[in-house]
Amino acid sequence: MLKLENLSKHFGGVRAVDDLSIEVNRGEVFGLIGPNGSGKSTIVNLICGVYTPTAGSIRLLGNEISGLTPNRRLVAGVARTFQNIRLFDDMPVWKNLWVAQNSTEDANKHNLLRRWFGGAGSDRDEIDALLEFSGLGGRGGELAGSLAFGEQRRLELARAVAAKPQLLLLDEPAAGMNFDEIKDLAKRIKGLREQDMSIILVEHIMELVMGVTDRIAVLNFGGKIAEGTPDEIQKSSVVQEAYLGKPQDVA
Amino acid sequence: MEYYLGIAQTIGIHALLGWSAYVLLLTGQLSLAQVGFFAIGAYVSAILTTMFGFHIVPALMVGALLGGFFAMLVGFPALRVKGLMLVVATIAFTQFVSLFFFNVHWRREVDGVMAGPDSTQGFREIRFYAANGWDTLDVTLFIWLFVLLVMVGLWWLDRSRAGAVLRAVGADDLAAQSSGINLTVAKVTAMTAGGVIAGLAGGLYAHSATYVDHLTFSVLLATFAIAYPIIGGIHNVLGTLAATIFIQGILIEGLRFLGDWRNILFGLLIILVMNLKPNGIMDARTMRAIKRIFAGGKTADSK
Repeated sequence: MLKLENLSKHFGGVRAVDDLSIEVNRGEVFGLIGPNGSGKSTIVNLICGVYTPTAGSIRLLGNEISGLTPNRRLVAGVARTFQNIRLFDDMPVWKNLWVAQNSTEDANKHNLLRRWFGGAGSDRDEIDALLEFSGLGGRGGELAGSLAFGEQRRLELARAVAAKPQLLLLDEPAAGMNFDEIKDLAKRIKGLREQDMSIILVEHIMELVMGVTDRIAVLNFGGKIAEGTPDEIQKSSVVQEAYLGKPQDVA
Repeated sequence: MEYYLGIAQTIGIHALLGWSAYVLLLTGQLSLAQVGFFAIGAYVSAILTTMFGFHIVPALMVGALLGGFFAMLVGFPALRVKGLMLVVATIAFTQFVSLFFFNVHWRREVDGVMAGPDSTQGFREIRFYAANGWDTLDVTLFIWLFVLLVMVGLWWLDRSRAGAVLRAVGADDLAAQSSGINLTVAKVTAMTAGGVIAGLAGGLYAHSATYVDHLTFSVLLATFAIAYPIIGGIHNVLGTLAATIFIQGILIEGLRFLGDWRNILFGLLIILVMNLKPNGIMDARTMRAIKRIFAGGKTADSK
């Protein structure tokens, strides 16, 4: 599905991501964890095209995508959410989803004139379904900026899903959420996984990561220090060292 | 009557100029180049009617299309700059166009008289309306026909996906791009559409003024062009029209009796509006209030 090979991103002398190789399978929820500054967000930005890699390759379904702009990558099948919410605040909730319906399937649904200058028409059914999925049913007419924090997070996830991606990148989707909201998010992630979507989850909140992921890679200083199932990661001494330091340091 | 029709013509032309900047503001681009496209439309359409005997409608169309064409050319390099740098780059374009026409000397004999742009002397023989027996009312209606056309067009645009995409780019271009929107296409399309509207406005201006020279196309006029949508707000297409009526109709014409004091009050009122209505006169709140009034009227009728 997604294959990162020897991927590096250097900012001057800083090796934010260094010679990293990861493979994510279809329909898998893949966790990316690591201490602050370990390169998680850089990887998200590399996969969705905000940064171009210094070296290495990014393949999606066998196709090299590292040369594509972010919008072309969305069409290729990569959608994302942002660490700090980035909605179109002054637009109604439903239009936030409408402008994101840019998959090849949606682009070919109508002729060009109908697509760009016609009304929403039949697009509304899909938008309403997405709003329902996000617990925002009936709120489509409100301004995105006027929603509560948790609702904005749900809308941003819906906007990414509106593009019918193969791969969904979630950059700290639970940041600032309370316990109930996190449980709700976990349910939603599992629901998307059942639709055969691959998901990369970058997150600090371990209850969420351990609860929903199939496999996890642990990063430190831009490189991968461990990879495995949630159980294996929790038992790994290397991971405990990265987060807590070596036992003799404490002594 | 003539006096009021004259004001109506000015308001119509300035509203078009404001809308040309409005389209760009939707995508978050602040451009002072609109007056450059306005000048291109003015000179080109005036040359066609005066020197080559075109009817005004095709001449306006050619002027508008050329305005759009040059806007597209400016649009591509302008993609690389944002905010203040775009303002500076587009001022440079307006100055360039203005100085270009300052240097154009191209006259030919039409019906035994020399006509055409005469560099520093300006372009003085634009008489299509007079030569074809249009009176001031005809001209005013003709201008407002285009005002209505553009207004309906932009209203329609705002209800379409294309309009939503422009607003999305203006709200957050990284989020828009990550949602699959091609920023180059969106921004250059907005620039081109703005250029077409400005070119059209320029053609209408040249023919109702009957005289243009390079000084007409100043940075001051460019400032007015962006002031209309900023003061009116970009919540919807009516804001720009409301602001044009407010500035041209009330501040500039309505306060003429104040003499030199007008300029002071003018500045004061703009500061006041910017403070009381930071999102423009026609912001979301005003629109809700207007809708309430109309909805209230309806329920009263139904009783």
